[in-house]
Amino acid sequence: MPVVVLEDVHKRYGQLEVIKGVSLTVEQGQVVALIGRSGSGKSTLLRCINGLEPFQGGKITVAGHVVDQNPKRLRELRKEVGIVFQSYNLFPHLTVGQNIMLAPRLAKGVKAAENRVAAEEVLRHVGLSDKFDAYPDNLSGGQQQRVAIARSLAMQPKVMLFDEVTSALDPELTGEVLLVMERLAKEGMTMVLVTHEMSFARNVADVVVFMHQGLIWETGPARQVLESPQTPELRAFVKAEVA
Amino acid sequence: MIEHFGAQEMLYLISTVRWTLLLTLIAFAFGSVGGAVLALLRLSRHPLIRGVAYGVIELVQSVPVLMVLFLSYFGLSAAGIDLPPLPAASLALGVWAAAYLADIWRSAIEAVPYQQWEAASSLALTTPQQYVHIVLPQAIRIAIPPTIGFLVQLVKNTSIVSVVGMVELMRAGQLINNVTFEPFAVFGMVGLIYFVICFPLSYAGRKLEVVFHAGRRS
Repeated sequence: MPVVVLEDVHKRYGQLEVIKGVSLTVEQGQVVALIGRSGSGKSTLLRCINGLEPFQGGKITVAGHVVDQNPKRLRELRKEVGIVFQSYNLFPHLTVGQNIMLAPRLAKGVKAAENRVAAEEVLRHVGLSDKFDAYPDNLSGGQQQRVAIARSLAMQPKVMLFDEVTSALDPELTGEVLLVMERLAKEGMTMVLVTHEMSFARNVADVVVFMHQGLIWETGPARQVLESPQTPELRAFVKAEVA
Repeated sequence: MIEHFGAQEMLYLISTVRWTLLLTLIAFAFGSVGGAVLALLRLSRHPLIRGVAYGVIELVQSVPVLMVLFLSYFGLSAAGIDLPPLPAASLALGVWAAAYLADIWRSAIEAVPYQQWEAASSLALTTPQQYVHIVLPQAIRIAIPPTIGFLVQLVKNTSIVSVVGMVELMRAGQLINNVTFEPFAVFGMVGLIYFVICFPLSYAGRKLEVVFHAGRRS
């Protein structure tokens, strides 16, 4: 059953078209990695999926919700779609526990006791049980990013979006975040991720989508796409990333 | 006849401090409400609302406070609304404070990184929830130093109300100097009283900053 369906999506900034007709289907439990050079439109496409970027043509549906800019429909959509950002974006004035419990309480009306149990559970899941009362500024980048993942998971989303979530981390910390994501993938979470981690894409993703100039240039099973690229653009990209 | 600047004059001076404080309080209360509303309107999604708020703020900031005071006292009077000096002065200082506080608070709200809005809206929070739980708590921390700075300005600027006949601290000093002719003693004392009001404000502002810093390194 498809969770995310993109049909001929077009996105323009004024005259400049950055996404030029993209169609993509993400099945339940699938992990789809979007790769490509900066400016290829991969992050923008990801942000279209939860309505952070409005788009001008085509149609996106996520778990039965049609994505548009109507505030009420957007909120319903976003209860089902988690997103994790490159810069973590934790709320600095709230503790880790408060960061996690805020949205379930406000957006879903989850009761305090139940909320606390669920928050402790997701925090344990990302290996940070002891940080419930810590403030984000007292955590490392990797820990902050894991809290951000936990915060999204607490909403029990049907799909998780990851926007270059390890790009701001040094290699050591990248590993601990990728490990959490890999575990999520194994547990059957539907995931769409923009990444520069080629080995992660090859080992964890089911499908790799190579974007170039606002189009899906090449796509298919992860290993096949990365190990035997068909187009010169992907060949050049893979070579540059591996080197 | 020349009198000496003694205990009686001193008591009189201190008794007029209540008008300085009362005016500051009323103007700040009125200015806070007006400033908060203007700041939010200034950040509205609708260009027209935004434009009107911008116009009001710029207009008030671009004219002397004294002129706002003349308008609210003599102007309203000419228009048939006779306000006594205290309400007229409160209104003028309140409007003036609102225009400045609106700008201070708008910029504090805008200083919260837009990624905070993105993260909050991605978690399905409504716009009011984003303001109340995410943006305002961070904006308040940013706004404390300039707001206290403005409050100190407000305390001192209440002295302009003497032109509509109110005798607050500054005017009282003038009156006493007129009969004692001891300007250094009189105005030295007036200055000291202003300092005694303003310094604790600045000090409390710094303490508040620390409180809002709780658990944060940056």
